[in-house]
Amino acid sequence: MDEIDRSLIAATQAGLPLTPQPYHAIAEQLGLTAEEVMARMQAMLESSVIRRIGVVPNHYALGYIANGMTVWDVADDKVDELGERIGQQPIVSHCYRRPRRLPHWPYNLFAMVHAKSREQAQADADQIAAVLGDACRKSDILYSSRMLKKTGLRLAE
Amino acid sequence: MSRIRSARMAKPSPACLHAQAHQPAAALPEQTLNELDRRLINTFQGGFPICERPFQVVADRLGIDEASLIARIDALLKAGVLTRFGPLFNADRMGGINVLAAMAVPTSDFEQVADFVNLQPEIAHNYRREHALNLWFVGAAESAQKVEDAFDYIESMTGLPVYRFPKEREFFIQLMLEA
Repeated sequence: MDEIDRSLIAATQAGLPLTPQPYHAIAEQLGLTAEEVMARMQAMLESSVIRRIGVVPNHYALGYIANGMTVWDVADDKVDELGERIGQQPIVSHCYRRPRRLPHWPYNLFAMVHAKSREQAQADADQIAAVLGDACRKSDILYSSRMLKKTGLRLAE
Repeated sequence: MSRIRSARMAKPSPACLHAQAHQPAAALPEQTLNELDRRLINTFQGGFPICERPFQVVADRLGIDEASLIARIDALLKAGVLTRFGPLFNADRMGGINVLAAMAVPTSDFEQVADFVNLQPEIAHNYRREHALNLWFVGAAESAQKVEDAFDYIESMTGLPVYRFPKEREFFIQLMLEA
């Protein structure tokens, strides 16, 4: 990544311009050619600097009102193998291993589920529990009761 | 269990098929998404093309014209159905970093602390959750130090500990919500 890539990120992180030629509009704004903007965006996509380009829906607006962060205390020697399997469950949108914060927080595996009801979210959690089996000692679901802020990553401009 | 990643189309109700041109901007509940909105959301959470006329390419695939597509995305953004339209960056690959953190905020101070956390430009997401740790947010910046500085600042200004939960490993998946 160089300065031009960084300027492209700064110019597009809030969104693409809603004009017929959005990459041209960005090029004009940054004093680049549209060809260079497109080539660099393509390169960032291929190197996974850009995960994807598209619409980012608001979960709540689509009816996914039960957004549960399921958290699990999984044996350290099993957590990586089991995390891979949990990540493959189509009900899970994000899955991470994170540090415990004892004594307040015993959980080391986090998996987000998005459901249209808490009953469905609980059923999703049950499905995860079945995969984890005896390797899991304790678990919880933290529902989000309010989205307070959601923006993309902000680079200083 | 296909509802998150499948691109299967939700069946539109007949009443939703036509009367969609001018939705009020304030709220656009799920039921008022039309069949086109659902196809747009289910098909283009990724894969928006990089080319001269990308909206034209997408519009052709959806069977509408370019101007209508642009107007519809604009309306969905204004209505809050979409939080964003454009590239989704991977902070890790930008030399940047994002860190999940949580706080246990007394209920009486909740609004004030949540507002203060939201004001910090390094805070990208912030959710209230039902737990003793009731405020969960993501600090995102170009360096670990900038994120850490933001968390330190929040701690010093609120007097409350910020528990850090940096990811140690990501088990990869792609979020696709079905409309």
